[in-house]
Amino acid sequence: MEQLLSRVDGYMYPNEVELQWSVLIVLYPFITGLVAGAFILASLERVFKVDAVKPTYRLALLTALAFLLVAPLPLQLHLGHPERSAQMYFTPHSSSAMAMFGFVYLWYLMGVLLLEIWLEYRPEFVAFAKATPGWRGRVYRVLTLGSYDVSPEALHIDDRVGWALTVIGIPSAFLLHGYVGFIFGSIKANPWWSTPLMPIVFLFSAIVSGIALVLLMYVVTCWLRQQRTDMRCLDTTARYLLYAFLIDFSLEMLDLLHRVYEADESFKTLDFMVQTRLYTSQMVVQIGLGTVAPLALLALTQIVGMSERARRNSYVVAALLTLVGIFAMRWNVVIGGQLFSKSFLGYTTYKMAFATREGLLATVLLLLTPFGILWGLVRLLPPWAEAPAPERPPALPAAS
Amino acid sequence: MVMSGPFGHGEHLVRVAGLLAAGLLFFLLARAVLVPSDFGVYGHYRASALADNRARPLVHAGRAACAPCHAERAAELAKGKHAGVGCESCHGALAAHAADAKAHKARKPDGRALCLTCHRFNVARPASFSQVDPREHAPEGACTDCHAAHDPGP
Amino acid sequence: MTADRRQFLRETGKLLLLTGAAGLAFDHVIAGQPESAPGYDATRHWWGMLIDVEKCIGCGRCVAACKEENGVSPEPFYFRTWVERYHVRGDDLEHPVVDSPHGGKDGFPERYRTGEGKTFFVPKMCNHCADSPCVQVCPVGATFHAPDGVVLVDKKYCIGCRYCVQACPYGCRYIDPALHVVDKCDLCYHRIAQGLTTACCEVCPTGARQLVDLKDPEDPIHEYLRTHKVHVLKPHMATKPKAFYNGLDGSVR
Repeated sequence: MEQLLSRVDGYMYPNEVELQWSVLIVLYPFITGLVAGAFILASLERVFKVDAVKPTYRLALLTALAFLLVAPLPLQLHLGHPERSAQMYFTPHSSSAMAMFGFVYLWYLMGVLLLEIWLEYRPEFVAFAKATPGWRGRVYRVLTLGSYDVSPEALHIDDRVGWALTVIGIPSAFLLHGYVGFIFGSIKANPWWSTPLMPIVFLFSAIVSGIALVLLMYVVTCWLRQQRTDMRCLDTTARYLLYAFLIDFSLEMLDLLHRVYEADESFKTLDFMVQTRLYTSQMVVQIGLGTVAPLALLALTQIVGMSERARRNSYVVAALLTLVGIFAMRWNVVIGGQLFSKSFLGYTTYKMAFATREGLLATVLLLLTPFGILWGLVRLLPPWAEAPAPERPPALPAAS
Repeated sequence: MVMSGPFGHGEHLVRVAGLLAAGLLFFLLARAVLVPSDFGVYGHYRASALADNRARPLVHAGRAACAPCHAERAAELAKGKHAGVGCESCHGALAAHAADAKAHKARKPDGRALCLTCHRFNVARPASFSQVDPREHAPEGACTDCHAAHDPGP
Repeated sequence: MTADRRQFLRETGKLLLLTGAAGLAFDHVIAGQPESAPGYDATRHWWGMLIDVEKCIGCGRCVAACKEENGVSPEPFYFRTWVERYHVRGDDLEHPVVDSPHGGKDGFPERYRTGEGKTFFVPKMCNHCADSPCVQVCPVGATFHAPDGVVLVDKKYCIGCRYCVQACPYGCRYIDPALHVVDKCDLCYHRIAQGLTTACCEVCPTGARQLVDLKDPEDPIHEYLRTHKVHVLKPHMATKPKAFYNGLDGSVR
């Protein structure tokens, strides 16, 4: 801490010198963003009938689930008293965005994602429950909830309900991550955060990161399974990534232009921060590597004729850079918002520790955990029909 | 096997609904047990938090506590320029002393260092406030050699 | 059943219901009665603070007294109250030079010479805003407005999420390093409930800090507000702060 004091430039209120929200709070919007984005990609197929991305449908849902399960962990690690966190559900303060978000999260997990995945996989559960021996068979039997009806009528009901869930799920996903944006955007005390654009910027960057992640997962899992990637699927996904990215970039540029033009009380101090303490993470990583580079690469694939292999590699590189860029964006919002003083007269530094509860090691482990969960989920709920799964019936035959 | 029960082919959805309902019930039960009974009485907080915040022991006694035993000092103080200065400004926190004077003795502060805390010249201090440059005004010795601490004179 | 009996039953029923309800309500009220200050009626007070910048000499007694009275960690990163020194050069109100060495607890080393500009001290603390953003954002109800206008923290309920610290425009909150919950100035609630003044006001040698009770018609604050030009910090934040500053310069943040 003494070190921190010596690295303060100018004046900070004494209580501001140490940052309140660490890299774990950077992780949290990053993870929920991936969830929202992955789900929205999945909904493209289900609701908007974009058949081309069908191969990624189940993978996107499972990815969303794996990350959603990990999402509360960085928060729990950060809290001063995690054992009291249930209080947010028992006595939520209705004026607090953070409290209300707890219910949005719960709704999204239970009411949307889990239910949709369950309905999607029910035929498999029933088939595997009967066929698989041992403890795995028991797991499947529990997952069927005791119902073995996979008749065309029942599956038709599942299809309709699943469709309705996806339709509800899209605004729910918007709410899930838009709310996280609102948690920051509604803090009038912090001019770096306080803007009505915050929920929208967060949402679109979430969509971008989610699509990038699913694209990567698809390529990697195809490679692991030694299957050919469906290029039509990949091309379409990459195109959606490009569109979402263009919107996201425009929104962020709008925010920037607005700030530069209005140049209000906070502008000079924020501008100075971006040009000095935040330069590498904002200009180099987020904008350069994380936005302009992947945008250029994706645009190139649309303009110039490229071989399958070249396109696939470009997509992978673009997706990786995108993920780095969106993580940097979360970093710049959360950490950047705490590097300057609310007196607008000074700056502090963020010292990220390594092996502490809120350090780099915890962050890396938390980022790896969803992949571990996903691996388990893929084993239990295979996204790819090795044996053909019962097809969803097209329409119920007229009653006779 | 085709279900011919009351819910027909939607029976599995009813099971899900039942599961969710059970979850909700468990949540409500847990809430009823775990939320403190005095939560929400005055507002969205535990009413006994008011008492909790008042339960801290006193560390400073307040100047009214000194006068009963130290009446002469209090009178001397009231006459001069330090009338508005609390006893504990200079003598430190004295609640323990006020409660048991024998067990906790009050300190007599240093007759120079303490005075300079307030009266050393600092350009940020109001010009009307009595300040001195200790390098020129009595560079050696205690301030109390010439100024009585409780009634410091002009 | 005759009309009289029906009437009687109805009236008795109402009486029983109301008495029962009143009894329940009374129990609740008694449950919240602070045992440690039996004579104190929170609804008869509306606390604030008056800070006179023209009188503050930057001695730091208030900072030291507060830390002692409230058991605040002695390290220079946690302050319930602190004093800032402003140095304004010429007409540049937008770029004052501000410092607060250890919150001003041990005074301020001389740095400026006479005639170099305008220099003065500003004590800072929780403003006990009537419309505080910190209370608004607390997810669990661990920080709240007491009925007498003091913004308090329930240390047994706080989960340590730090959202309120982010939401406070004045930088007056911090995390207690030992308890891992939020802490801040509570207007020495344990003192004012017993009719004493706050520790900082008690030891202020010049009377630059004064506790005020806006609900007390005898309190000199009412006359003071009529005869002086007072300010609050960051009025554009619309938090309705109750710490009033006399002689506050436009350069103060």
